[in-house]
Amino acid sequence: MKTSNIKELLDKIKENPYKTIVVKTPHCGTIEFVVGEGEEVKGPRGKYKEQPGTLLAYLTRENNQKPLYAQERGIISKIYPFQKGDFVEANTPILEIKHYLTKEEVLELILKETLYLFRAPEKGKYYFVPEIDKRIKAKGCQKVKLHPGEEVLILSRMKRETFLPYEGPEGIIYHLYFKPGQSLNAEDILFGVCPPEDLESIKEVVLKVKSEWEEK
Amino acid sequence: MLLLDIEKELQFLEEKLTYIKDIFAHKQNENILLLESKLKDFKNSYKNINLAEAKRKLNSLKDLFTFLENKLDRQLTPMDKVRIVRHPQRICLKDILENVYDNYTEIGGQDEYSIDPSMLIARAYITRKVGKKIYNQPVMVIGQEKGHGEEFRNGGSVKPWGNAKALQYMKVAERENIPIHTYVFTPGAYPIEDYPGAAQQIARNLYEMAGLKVPIIAVFSEGGSGGAEAIALADMRLMLSHGYYSVISPEGAAAIEGRIRGKEKASPELIEQCASQLKMTADDNLVMGYIDRIIKEPPLGARPEHFDFFKQLRNEVIKATDEVVLRVRGISLFRYLVLRKLKNPEIYVRWALGAKAKERLLENRYRKFRKMSQHAYIDGRNNLTKIKDKSEELFWAGYSLLHYDILRRHKQVVSQLTEDIKGEIHVLLNRAKTSYHKFMCRFSWFHKRKANVCQLLSLSDWDGHKQETTPYLSPQAKVDKTITCPNASKEGCLDLWAPDLFGEMAGVCSYCGHHFPMEHEWYLYNVFDAHSLREFNQDIEATNPLDFANFSHKLETAKKKTGQKSACLTFEGKIKGIEVVVAVLTAKFRGGTVGAAEGEKFIRAVEKARLKHRPFIAYVHGTAGIRIQEGTNGVIQMPRCTLAIRNYLEAGGLYIVVYDTNSYAGPVASFLGCSPYQFAIRSSNIGFAGPGVIKETTGLEIPPDYHKAYHALSRGHIQGIWDRRQMRANLYQALLTMGGRYLYYH
Repeated sequence: MKTSNIKELLDKIKENPYKTIVVKTPHCGTIEFVVGEGEEVKGPRGKYKEQPGTLLAYLTRENNQKPLYAQERGIISKIYPFQKGDFVEANTPILEIKHYLTKEEVLELILKETLYLFRAPEKGKYYFVPEIDKRIKAKGCQKVKLHPGEEVLILSRMKRETFLPYEGPEGIIYHLYFKPGQSLNAEDILFGVCPPEDLESIKEVVLKVKSEWEEK
Repeated sequence: MLLLDIEKELQFLEEKLTYIKDIFAHKQNENILLLESKLKDFKNSYKNINLAEAKRKLNSLKDLFTFLENKLDRQLTPMDKVRIVRHPQRICLKDILENVYDNYTEIGGQDEYSIDPSMLIARAYITRKVGKKIYNQPVMVIGQEKGHGEEFRNGGSVKPWGNAKALQYMKVAERENIPIHTYVFTPGAYPIEDYPGAAQQIARNLYEMAGLKVPIIAVFSEGGSGGAEAIALADMRLMLSHGYYSVISPEGAAAIEGRIRGKEKASPELIEQCASQLKMTADDNLVMGYIDRIIKEPPLGARPEHFDFFKQLRNEVIKATDEVVLRVRGISLFRYLVLRKLKNPEIYVRWALGAKAKERLLENRYRKFRKMSQHAYIDGRNNLTKIKDKSEELFWAGYSLLHYDILRRHKQVVSQLTEDIKGEIHVLLNRAKTSYHKFMCRFSWFHKRKANVCQLLSLSDWDGHKQETTPYLSPQAKVDKTITCPNASKEGCLDLWAPDLFGEMAGVCSYCGHHFPMEHEWYLYNVFDAHSLREFNQDIEATNPLDFANFSHKLETAKKKTGQKSACLTFEGKIKGIEVVVAVLTAKFRGGTVGAAEGEKFIRAVEKARLKHRPFIAYVHGTAGIRIQEGTNGVIQMPRCTLAIRNYLEAGGLYIVVYDTNSYAGPVASFLGCSPYQFAIRSSNIGFAGPGVIKETTGLEIPPDYHKAYHALSRGHIQGIWDRRQMRANLYQALLTMGGRYLYYH
């Protein structure tokens, strides 16, 4: 992705720095809202996320009144027109939360758009080949350049080890999304690669986001 | 006197005034205002008058300070005394070591280079000059240290490994046959579960102290609940006149009473009220019988410069040690005479004990604690029941002596002989049988007959239809609704229908195995043999010994709601035919908290188990700790019950503890935690302090599963986790595999 494109992407996010979270019913039941439109809600809190978020509504089925809590911070932007005691089916949207993006979410969005993401082809434990592993440990991942067809990873599964070649554009590893030896599922992101010429501009944007993005 | 001296004296008086203001927490007091104004006047005027006049005025000011300090001392409220104890100028253990003992060496670490600097241990000695002879009497001094390095002392809040260190050196003292002097300077134990675990270590300390064969003298200055008990199970308990000894801090009690949560704080008035209601001062504790003597402090509390006080303290600890030793040693009459003359410090008493004296020491210790807190519960038994109980006790004492101590020895010899003969006969019979079978197997009709017999026998042997336990229907199963498992989001459990869940499924989630709380009755019906339960001491009733405000009403409500008179149920029962004595702490009666009635019932149950040579099971349906409204009457149950348990276990008993739902604080840190065999029902929580208290006292944010039973298992606090539905089978298995040496079924 070109430098201008990255900046454009950031501008685009800045124009609309929100994500709309649609809250749906986990199962059928009668609904009773606790919050109103325009109210601010909080997501789970505490070091271990042990405190639930703001109570949004109760969903009652078989006399079992189940609380529905907000999973993210934001403002209630829309409440679907249900009256207290209305019956709703499972998976029915009941309200929307307008969530202001956090720094981490913005960075994730940008990186996912700008980097080439190399994903796990199947479930297993992944390690870098010793040569690359040494280079990463010694100099950091952003000093490692990858070429298409180069053997990068070892997939360890069922006591068999398979070498995985890198398939993607030539570039350097910008970010690692896994820890070597960690058990991963298929399609999990392993690392993101960017062309060497884009490295500086990505870093610049990341720095900009980190310093300028104000969380609400 | 020079001007410099006057300034020095002035500074000293200013410090005194600041101290007084700190103690009275800036409350409006005319005496303090007077001191303040007089001091200010003198400060402004002494430079303008001649030295002699200044000296005279200063002396009169000093006299005024002494006079008003004495006056203020009489006005001290319990909360003021708490502030005295917490004041940085309060004497601490190092001051005592310097001034009370003639020489000492700190052991088990030095200052910050210690496994836990808040626990200070020293090998000290006291020199006594009697006539021309000088005696050096060694002692082990153990206590919490708050000062002399406040930054690493953790406010005297001892970590579990600090208490373990104390125990280690108590055992050293026992080996060396020297007395132990403990000094209690703690607001409470540091409530973390890291190995060896706050609760478990205090329980271990209490258990071991109950059996330490050397005199133990405890001196209380700040006795904060469990942390204090960890070193305070003593033969003689002295208390400094301005100290406090309580189940909980006044702030903690106020937070509970005022139902204060999170960052809110209780009002100073409520804290003051709780402090006075908890009856935590030395005078209160002396009246209640939880301490033996009060050591008078100087007005407004002892500070390091009060050397006369240290002299007095020294005399008191020497006298106390002498007294404990003399009570157990020598000929009775001589002992009596010497005890009377103990006020004379010229009498030298050797502190090492002989074997017999050590036994007497333990007996005395048990009796001392057994007699405590008798006033703090209601014994509702009528005279007839009391006579019946006493005669039953006497009968069992006689029966046990005859059956287990006298006849059993001979019976063992006879039964061993019979077993040997039986074995021989069995071998001979087997041989004959095999030969017969070999011979008969030659005929085909014999094979057929044998198979038929086997089939018939196997059918008739099946006893699945027999009802071993009584069916129980939980009230929770009568509600027509579905229940969501708390693990549903993680494990994907589907909703469960209450009649199924609390009926057939015994409150266990069929998807993830989560155990929903069941009533204690479920266990009574499903664990013990049908119609085998016989409750005893049901008329021992919890009361409000401190007249704690609004508590009598709460207690009455609990009694009406539950139909119980206390949180502890004690009964005899059978598990697959094995007779056991059981104590149950029920969560629905004031959260299963333990007060004087519960402690007394527990001890009586342990004594019954000992008398009848039966295993003792404590099933903790739930306990929130010691009942704070009973103050020291509650906290004293920790050493009392532990002593009873130790007596029972040392006599060869088997003590099994099963925790369910939530078990916290004092009981876990004493008579429950000291059991060698502790188990938990799945999904239960075990710990010393709840997450809120941990965060408030230590600032640590603990993970939500910190107190879960499986963590307690991996830390080594419990020995296993049981499925509720398997409790009967597991208990039976435990009874068979862990039996004590005096138990009847062995």
